[in-house]
Amino acid sequence: MTAFLVVLVIILFGVAVWQMSKIFQLSQPKPDDSSEIANDKDNNINGWLMMGFTIFTYLLLAICFWKWWDVLLPESASEHGSEIDSLMYVSMVLIFIVGFFTLWLLGFFSFKFRGEKGKRATFFADNDKLEFIWTIIPVIVLAGLIIYGLFTWTDIMNVNDEDDPMVIELYAYQFDWRARYSGEDNTLGEANVRLIEGVNQLGVDASDPNAQDDIVVNELHLPVGRKIIFKMRSQDVLHSAYMPHFRAQMNCVPGMITQFSFTPTITTEEMRMNDEIVAKVRKINNIRKENSKALVAKGEEALEPYEFDYMLLCNKICGASHYNMQMKIVVDTQEEYEAWIKEQPTLAEALKEQ
Amino acid sequence: MSAHAIEHVEDHHDDHGHHHKETFLTKYIFSQDHKMISKQYLITGLFMGIIGIAMSILFRLQLAWPDKEFTIYEVLLGKWGEGGVMDPNVYLALVTIHGTIMVFFVLTAGLSGTFSNLLIPLQIGARDMASGFLNMVSYWLFFLSSVIMVMSLFVEAGPASAGWTIYPPLSALPQAIPGSGAGMTLWLVSMAIFIASSLLGSLNYIVTVLNLRTKGMSMTRLPLTIWAFFVTAIIGVVSFPVLFSAALMLIMDRSFGTSFFLSDIYIAGEVLHNQGGSPVLFEHLFWFLGHPEVYIVILPAMGMVSEIMATNARKPIFGYRAMVASILAIAFLSTIVWGHHMFISGMNPFLGSVFTFTTLLIAIPSAVKSFNWITTIWRGNLQMNTGMLFSIGFVSTFITGGLTGIILGDSALDINVHDTYFVVAHFHLVMGISALYGLFAGVYHWFPKMFQGRMLNKNLGYVHFWVTVIGAYGVFFPMHFIGMAGLPRRYYTNTAFPYFDDLADVNVVITIFAIITAAAQLVFLYNFIHSMFHGKKGPKNPWKSTTLEWTAEVKHIHGNWDGPIPHVHRWAYDYSKLNKDETDYVIPGQDYIPQHIPIKDNEEELNH
Repeated sequence: MTAFLVVLVIILFGVAVWQMSKIFQLSQPKPDDSSEIANDKDNNINGWLMMGFTIFTYLLLAICFWKWWDVLLPESASEHGSEIDSLMYVSMVLIFIVGFFTLWLLGFFSFKFRGEKGKRATFFADNDKLEFIWTIIPVIVLAGLIIYGLFTWTDIMNVNDEDDPMVIELYAYQFDWRARYSGEDNTLGEANVRLIEGVNQLGVDASDPNAQDDIVVNELHLPVGRKIIFKMRSQDVLHSAYMPHFRAQMNCVPGMITQFSFTPTITTEEMRMNDEIVAKVRKINNIRKENSKALVAKGEEALEPYEFDYMLLCNKICGASHYNMQMKIVVDTQEEYEAWIKEQPTLAEALKEQ
Repeated sequence: MSAHAIEHVEDHHDDHGHHHKETFLTKYIFSQDHKMISKQYLITGLFMGIIGIAMSILFRLQLAWPDKEFTIYEVLLGKWGEGGVMDPNVYLALVTIHGTIMVFFVLTAGLSGTFSNLLIPLQIGARDMASGFLNMVSYWLFFLSSVIMVMSLFVEAGPASAGWTIYPPLSALPQAIPGSGAGMTLWLVSMAIFIASSLLGSLNYIVTVLNLRTKGMSMTRLPLTIWAFFVTAIIGVVSFPVLFSAALMLIMDRSFGTSFFLSDIYIAGEVLHNQGGSPVLFEHLFWFLGHPEVYIVILPAMGMVSEIMATNARKPIFGYRAMVASILAIAFLSTIVWGHHMFISGMNPFLGSVFTFTTLLIAIPSAVKSFNWITTIWRGNLQMNTGMLFSIGFVSTFITGGLTGIILGDSALDINVHDTYFVVAHFHLVMGISALYGLFAGVYHWFPKMFQGRMLNKNLGYVHFWVTVIGAYGVFFPMHFIGMAGLPRRYYTNTAFPYFDDLADVNVVITIFAIITAAAQLVFLYNFIHSMFHGKKGPKNPWKSTTLEWTAEVKHIHGNWDGPIPHVHRWAYDYSKLNKDETDYVIPGQDYIPQHIPIKDNEEELNH
């Protein structure tokens, strides 16, 4: 794969160099024409190259799609995510049509109207009708997109308490995550960084009755189909809780509580069976096997085979280990979730043990 | 000396015989002549550009081959590249300084500083800027800020590394990242001086355009370059002071224990006393400049592209009034869209809706501009000079980069691509690469004006252009894909996530293209330096352009025109205008009518 790509790049580069040398050859100045101003030959060659460049642009995009279509995110694992995906799809189709069309005009005109001595350009200074058309069309299209986008956005961001979402706190610090479940009362206990002490890593107010049944963990388990509201805090600098598979992201800001809510729809087990994921994991494991060979040859340990898991990443620059600030997310069935949460000690128990 | 310069500008009329003896110091160093200052800006900008691009190659190497050891790290980064392994902190420092240098030092000062200085007096028919002295101060402040920024690279704990957006608390706390110590202090000092420089420059540009236009040069006869520089200067004056206030408050938070941006922080085992501040406030202040800033970068490029395109298409720019109106619309909208950088910052979602609305509106004037450029080359007689090629390249990247803005400006879609490589690809194409193309187009086009008639070698120019355009798309098209795969930006390595293992080869492709593209810039650099001294001299008006700068003396003299300043009788775009019978051009055998030629009997007068 890498070898293929490298070869591809080398070929493209070769073509570019060849074209260059052609330009050089063709544009070798004749003794009487040593000016640095483009002459008919330059116009001709560069006109053709412009056409070629337009086709190169299309080809490059086609190659990218063909080679890397499979790296894109799989279907959304949350309810609102599929809305985002359809909006994305509509916008993408639109920008591809517009891009294709305008780039073609640009390239084709550059080629078609390349200069020639004695040719006369058309004096065409303005045309109100034309300009009106290409003002009004974007206005209409964008009005549609804006309205579609705003409805989607409002749906996602306006959390309705009637859905009785489960409250979970996401707590970010350099360079790891903690999750605090609100327990049976579905209410988080008060917390502040000033109360951080020993086991009480999140600064939860131990005297708050709501805090007693809170559960602090470092692996996020979510029951499928249940609406979750994440309350986010940060202990030190800005972080961003990014859960790409759920189309969810929100910054964690020290001194304030931010929130994001979604309903997971696909369990981890189901996602592992998803065709795209199966293919992706297979590809990744092949790459890892290849890489391991080199490592083993150097006398180092081989890479472990990869198994798919949802993940939470930090997506706001936060320091040296920003690149490795992650937490595993597991979407369980309701029963699995209940079994798991039962085994986790509540805050009261954890503090008592101390 | 300053009195002398002002005198010249004020007595606007025709006698200009007396010249003072210039010493080396007043001619090349502390010059008050706008043409020299413009060259100083350009060369300083290009020098900073070399640093910025070299940094990008370093971190691209790291991203493509995170496990490999490169001696070049050790050579260039010293203790942060020991054994050929890059330190994660220095990776962040590299991306931070790369962004800062490219956005501010290359594309703001290097682009707008160079060409506003060169072209405003020459194209409006003025002897010099309104204040030559302030102009000189503006350059030297810029130079000082560049020196401080470069110095900050050599600080013991490393330069600023909190990203070019320097969001606190990361940028405020040396405990959070070593670069937030002395490196960050120098960054802030450098930027504060930079802002002062930019403000002095902008005020000068505004006053010059408003007051010093030659007789007959009404606002509607201004070339689009001048409109762009003028509006850019206004946005600069409106928004840069806000960044200054943000920087000032950050300095206070860092050094004097205030809590503008800091609250409830526990770091390195202790609780800080700060309470009540908000990092979101900083984001608002930063982006109130930060977003107009991208238009400060792109508008001058747009103006130059319009001018160069019309000249080389031998056609008037299509829809001059619409072009001016869209510049104004973009400038206005640019000041009310900053929140689209903050959809998921924790600000009220309703604000997100408002900013989505205003942001997507920008697509309208942008679309008008793009269509007008395309119509300008329709049925033209395109002279493929390198400046023209870069202008066409500009429209191409402005379209491809601008379209993805429709995705990012939509708050709902932004949720999942925010801060991923999709954003990096988007803004590099639409403002980075496009503005660089504008810069190159300007350099190729106006080089003869800067260096007394000498021209850049066109064949080297063609090589530079073609390798650059192919390479730039090679870098940034694939980058959209890794962004949509969910890969966050500013990751030192992606190997911590096996899920991203299949993106490794995409990163290799991007890096190879980046190296090729950077290498092509060496061709330009050689061409630039060589042609400065040995370039062939062309005719006085090599591109057969209508604007006033080509009527000025080829040899640089203080005051630009040896005789009286020409008066203006028409707009700047009378290319290929036919006489009333449509038998020949208005001036037989010449397809352009310079602005200082009076309206002839055999032509129809337009409303300009």
